[in-house]
Amino acid sequence: MFEKMLLGNLTLQAIPYQNPIIAGAGIFMMLVACIIMGSLFYYKKWTWLWREWITSVDHKKIGVMYIILAAVMLLRGIADAVMMRIQQVMAVGDSTGYLPPEHYNQIFTAHGVIMIFFMAMPFMFGLINIVLPLQIGARDVAFPFLNSLSFWLAVVGAGLVNISLVIGDFAATGWLAYPPLSELAYSPGVGVDYYIWALQISGVGTLLSGINFVVTVFKMRCPGMTFMRMPIFTWTALCSMILVILAFPVLTVTLALLFLDRYFGMHFFTADMGGNAMMYINLIWIWGHPEVYILILPAFGIYSEVVATFSKKYLFGYATMVWATACITVLAFIVWLHHFFTMGAGANVNAFFGVATMIISVPTGVKVFNWLFTMYKGRIKFTTPMLWTMGFITTFVIGGMTGVLMAVPAIDYQVHNSLFLIAHFHNAIIGGVVFGYLAGFTYWFPKAFGFKLNETLGKYAFWCWIIGFYVAFMPLYVLGLMGMTRRLNHYSAGNGWHPYLVVAAIGAFIIVAGIVFQIAQLIVSIKNREQYKDHTGDPWDGRTLEWSIPSPAPFYNFAVTPIVNSRDAFWEAKQQNILQEKTYEDIHMPKNTSAGFIIAMLSGLVGFALIWHITWLIIVGLVSVMTAVIIRSFHLDIDYYLTVPEIEKLESQS
Amino acid sequence: MLSKMRPVLLIVFMLFLSGCKVAMLDPKGSIAADEKHIMLTSLALMSIIVIPVIILAFLFAWRYREGNTKAEYLPNWSHSTLLEVIWWSVPCVIIIILGYITWTSTLRLDPYKAINNPAKPIEIQVISLEWKWLFIYPEQHIATINYVEFPVDVPVRFYITAEGPMNSFQIPQLAGQIYAMAGMQTKLNLIANELGIYQGYATNLTGNGFSDMKFTARATSRAEFNQWVKQVKSSPHQLTMNAYNQLAQQKDNHAVSYYSFAASDIYEVAMMKYMMPMPNRGEAILSNRSHDAGKKHV
Amino acid sequence: MTHHDADSMDIFGFWIYILSDCILFSAIFASYAVLHTNTYGGTEIKSIVNLPYVLTETMVLLVSSFTYGLAILSLYKNHLCKVITWLAATFVCGFTFVAMEIYEFVHLYMEGNNWQGSAALSSFFTLVGTHSLHVSLGLVWMLILMLQLLFFGLTPVMKKRLTYLGLFWAFLDIIWIFVFTIVYLMGAI
Repeated sequence: MFEKMLLGNLTLQAIPYQNPIIAGAGIFMMLVACIIMGSLFYYKKWTWLWREWITSVDHKKIGVMYIILAAVMLLRGIADAVMMRIQQVMAVGDSTGYLPPEHYNQIFTAHGVIMIFFMAMPFMFGLINIVLPLQIGARDVAFPFLNSLSFWLAVVGAGLVNISLVIGDFAATGWLAYPPLSELAYSPGVGVDYYIWALQISGVGTLLSGINFVVTVFKMRCPGMTFMRMPIFTWTALCSMILVILAFPVLTVTLALLFLDRYFGMHFFTADMGGNAMMYINLIWIWGHPEVYILILPAFGIYSEVVATFSKKYLFGYATMVWATACITVLAFIVWLHHFFTMGAGANVNAFFGVATMIISVPTGVKVFNWLFTMYKGRIKFTTPMLWTMGFITTFVIGGMTGVLMAVPAIDYQVHNSLFLIAHFHNAIIGGVVFGYLAGFTYWFPKAFGFKLNETLGKYAFWCWIIGFYVAFMPLYVLGLMGMTRRLNHYSAGNGWHPYLVVAAIGAFIIVAGIVFQIAQLIVSIKNREQYKDHTGDPWDGRTLEWSIPSPAPFYNFAVTPIVNSRDAFWEAKQQNILQEKTYEDIHMPKNTSAGFIIAMLSGLVGFALIWHITWLIIVGLVSVMTAVIIRSFHLDIDYYLTVPEIEKLESQS
Repeated sequence: MLSKMRPVLLIVFMLFLSGCKVAMLDPKGSIAADEKHIMLTSLALMSIIVIPVIILAFLFAWRYREGNTKAEYLPNWSHSTLLEVIWWSVPCVIIIILGYITWTSTLRLDPYKAINNPAKPIEIQVISLEWKWLFIYPEQHIATINYVEFPVDVPVRFYITAEGPMNSFQIPQLAGQIYAMAGMQTKLNLIANELGIYQGYATNLTGNGFSDMKFTARATSRAEFNQWVKQVKSSPHQLTMNAYNQLAQQKDNHAVSYYSFAASDIYEVAMMKYMMPMPNRGEAILSNRSHDAGKKHV
Repeated sequence: MTHHDADSMDIFGFWIYILSDCILFSAIFASYAVLHTNTYGGTEIKSIVNLPYVLTETMVLLVSSFTYGLAILSLYKNHLCKVITWLAATFVCGFTFVAMEIYEFVHLYMEGNNWQGSAALSSFFTLVGTHSLHVSLGLVWMLILMLQLLFFGLTPVMKKRLTYLGLFWAFLDIIWIFVFTIVYLMGAI
C-alpha cells in the first residue's frame, strides 16, 4: 500500500533482466555512461563541463551539443534497424526469428521515433544553431536562454526513450501510435506513456526553438542584409521554423488528447463511447506532413550553399529558389490526407489531396534544376560535401518519383503500408535529409572546431552510405510490389520474399560500415587536428559571412558587426578586396545560466512520474518546474558587456 | 558513380525474373489490372523528368569538374528567364496530365463504387478481429475464418468493420486495400476475372498477432462455389451471437474454420455497439470506460 | 542594439508564441467540432449548457480585461500603486471566473456528466478546461508580477513583462469569445 503511494505503478518487474537482448543493451548503455562519468572524474573535468557546456547559452556550443545528441541517437536508431533486418532474414517459414512480436514491435517503433525526433531534429537544430546567426552577422540568437532550455528538453526526451529500454517498455504501436491500438485497452503498459512524454517534453523545446529562430531572422540581421540578400540556408531554415511554429502545437494537442484518454478515461480516440480514431490520424498527419518538410528544407538550403561554394559560382536563380521554398512551405499544409487515402474519405477528397500532393513536386523539381545549373559552367571541386550533394540529387529524385506515384490514390490503395512505402520515405529521408545534414556537418565542421575532417575517410563513408542505401532499399520497392506489408515480424516461405530481405540486410551492414568510417574520420581528424587546421577561417573559399571570421568562431562571433550590400557578401568582399573598418564597440553578451538545464531535468522528472503514475512526484515535480521558472524570472543579472579593450585583446590573439 | 547503378540494375533484373510473384504486376481482377496500368503510365510520365535530371547531373559533374579547364567557366552567370520558364512549365504540364489521370482514376477506382457488371454482386461482411478475419455471407447465412471464396466474374461487395484496433483489408492481386475500423463501415468492390487462389493480408498494425493475420481468397466457378457453400453448411460449428462474442474476446490467431450458421445481426451489432450502448448484445471489446459512469438522460 | 530594440524583439517573439497558442486552440476546437455530437446515446451538450451562468462568467472575464487595460494605462503614467491595484482587481475577476468554471465542472460531475461519459463530454471538458488552465496559469503569473513590481518597481523589464501578460490576457479573452459562441451559444440551439 505504502509502496504504491511511493512508487506508483513502478515495480521491480519493470526491469527486463530476464530478456537477454534488452538486458545486454541496457548493460552496454550503462557501461558507456560509467566510462564517460569515470573519465570526467578522472580528468577532473566536471567543473569545465558545467561551466563551458552545460550552462552555456552560446548558440555554437548548443549546436555542437545537439549534434552530439543526434550522433548518439543515430547509433541507437541504426542498431534498431540492423536488428529488424536480421529478424526479417531469419523469420521465414516456420522460424519466428529471435525477436518475439512484443519486442519486435517496440524496436520498429523506437527506430522511427528515435530517427525522426532524436536524430534528425537535433541534427537540424544543431546545424541551424551553429550556422544561422553567423550567416546573418548576428552575435547570438534572439533568446539565448530559451535556446539552452530547448536543447536540454530534447536531451530529456531522448533520455526518457533510453530509460524505457531498462525500466518498463517502449510503445509497440508504430512511430505515430495510432489509436485504438495506442489506447489503454490495447496498450495497457507504460510504453505509450513513455512515447507521449518523450515527445511532449522535447516538443516544447522544438516550439521554443522555432520561435527563437524566426525572431532571430526577422530582427537580428546585420545592417544592409535585406531578406533577399540572406544566404539561402537562412531562408530555408526560416521557412522550416515557420512550419515548426504552425505544426508543433497540433502535435502537442494530439498527444495531450491521447494522454487524457489514457489517464482520465476520456474518449477522444477510443474505439467506443463515441471516440473517433480517424480524428487522431487526421490531426497527427496535419502535424506529420509539415514535419517532413521541416526536416528537408534546411537540407535543401545546405545543398544550395554547398553547390554554390564548390562550383565556385553564384547559386542559380536565387530568387526562384526563395519562391520555390515559400511555395513548398505553404503547400506543406494542404496535402496531409495522402498519408491515409485508404481510410475511406471518398473519391473527391482523395483526388483533391492527390493532385495537391503532386503540385509540390513542381517547386521541388525547380530546385533540382537550379542546383544543376549552378554546376553548369562552374569549376566543380568534389569534396565530401559535394559528393553528398551529388548523391542527393540522383537519389532524392527517385524518392520523389515514388512519392508522386503514391500520390495517385489508385496506386496508393495497393502499396500503402507496404515495403514500397517504407522504401519511398527512406529514399527521401536518407537521400534528402541525412545526406544533406552529413554534407552540412562536413562543410561547417571547420568553422565550429577550427580544423577540417579527413577527406579520404569522408569519401569512404559517403560511398558506403550510398551503396548501402541502394542495396538496402531497392529490394524493398520490389517487396512492396510483391505484397509484403510493413512491420511484419515473420512471413511464409515460398512467396519469394526471402532473397530480397537478405540483400536488404547486407545493405544495412554496408551503411553501418559507412558509420564506422565516419567514427574513424572523427578520431583521425581529432588526432591530427594540427595538420588539418583551418588557419584562415575560410577553408573552402566560401561565399557567405560565416567564413569571414576565424575558425573556431570566437564566442562573440563578429568583433565588428558586418555591413553588407549584396548577396554572397563575403564573396563580394573578397572579389573587390574590401576590408571593413575595424571600429570596435562594446558587445552585449548573455551570461551562462543553469536554469535551462535545471528546468529541463525537473521536467524529465515530471515526465517519469507521469509515466509511472507516481502522484506525489508529479505534483512536487510540477511545483518545482514552476518554482525554477519563477526564480529565473527574478534573476535580473543575466547579461554583461564585453568592453572594447577586451575585444582588442581577444582579436589580436586569434 | 556507376557502382551506384549496379545494385539498381540488379534489382530491376531480379524483378523481371520473378515477375510471376510480384502481385501488383500480376493482377487477376479488373480493379487491380487498372491500378497496375495507372502505375506504369505514371512511372513513364515521370521518367520524362527523372531520367534527364540524373543524366544531366552526371554530365555536368563530369564536364565542369575542376580538372577540365577546357570547359567554359562563368562564375557570375546565375539567371536565365528562358530556362526558368522551361523548368517551371514542363513539370507543370506533366503534373497537369498526371493530375488528370489522378482525378479520373480516383473516381473510377473508388473502392465504394460498384463494379460495372450485369451479374448480381455477392455480398460478404468482413470483421477484423484480433487476430483473424471473420467473413459472414449474409445471403447464405454462413461464416468462415481466414478463408473467403466467391465465384469468378461476379462482382464482390465487401462490407468491412473491425473490433478493436484499426486494420486494413487487402487482396493485392484483385484490388487495393481499405481500412477496417471499429464502429464504422467501409466498403470494397472487386471482381476476380481468373480462377485461382489469392493471398489476402492485414496491412495495418493491430498488435502482436498481426503478422499471422493472413487469409486466403479463392475465385471458383459458380458451380464449385455452390458446392463449397453446401460443404460449409455441413460444418458442425455455428456462429451464434454468444459464439461470436467468445471468438472476438479471444486474442489469438486462428486456423481456417467454417460455420454452418451465422446469426444475421452479428455484423450490425459488431459495428453499432461502438456507437451506442447495446445492453445484452455484447460489449465493445475491452473498452476503457469506467463501469460506474452512470449517465443521467436529461 | 539598444534596449528599446531588444524589447520590440522580445514582444515580437511573444506575439509568435501567441500565434502558436492559437494553433493549439484551433486543434482543440477542431476535435470539439468533430466530436461534440458523439454522445454514445447519452447526454447532449444542449442539456449541460447553462446560458445565464456562462453569460455571467463572460462578463466577469471581460471586466478583468478592462481592469487590466486600466493597469496598463497606469503603467504609462508610471503610477506603481495604481498598477498593482488594477492588477489585483484583474486577479479577483480572473479568480472568480476560474472558480465559477470549477463550480460548473463539479456540478456536472456530481450529476453524472463527467468527461468519461462520451467523446462529446470529453471534448467539452477539454476545450473549456484548457482555456481555464491557461487563465489559471495567467493568474499565477499575475501574482508573481505583482510581487516583482513590489520588489523592482516599474523598470523597463517589468513594463515589458506586463505587456506580455496583457497580450496573453487579451488573447485568452478572445479565445473565450470563441468558446462561448461555439460551445455554449451554438450548443444551446
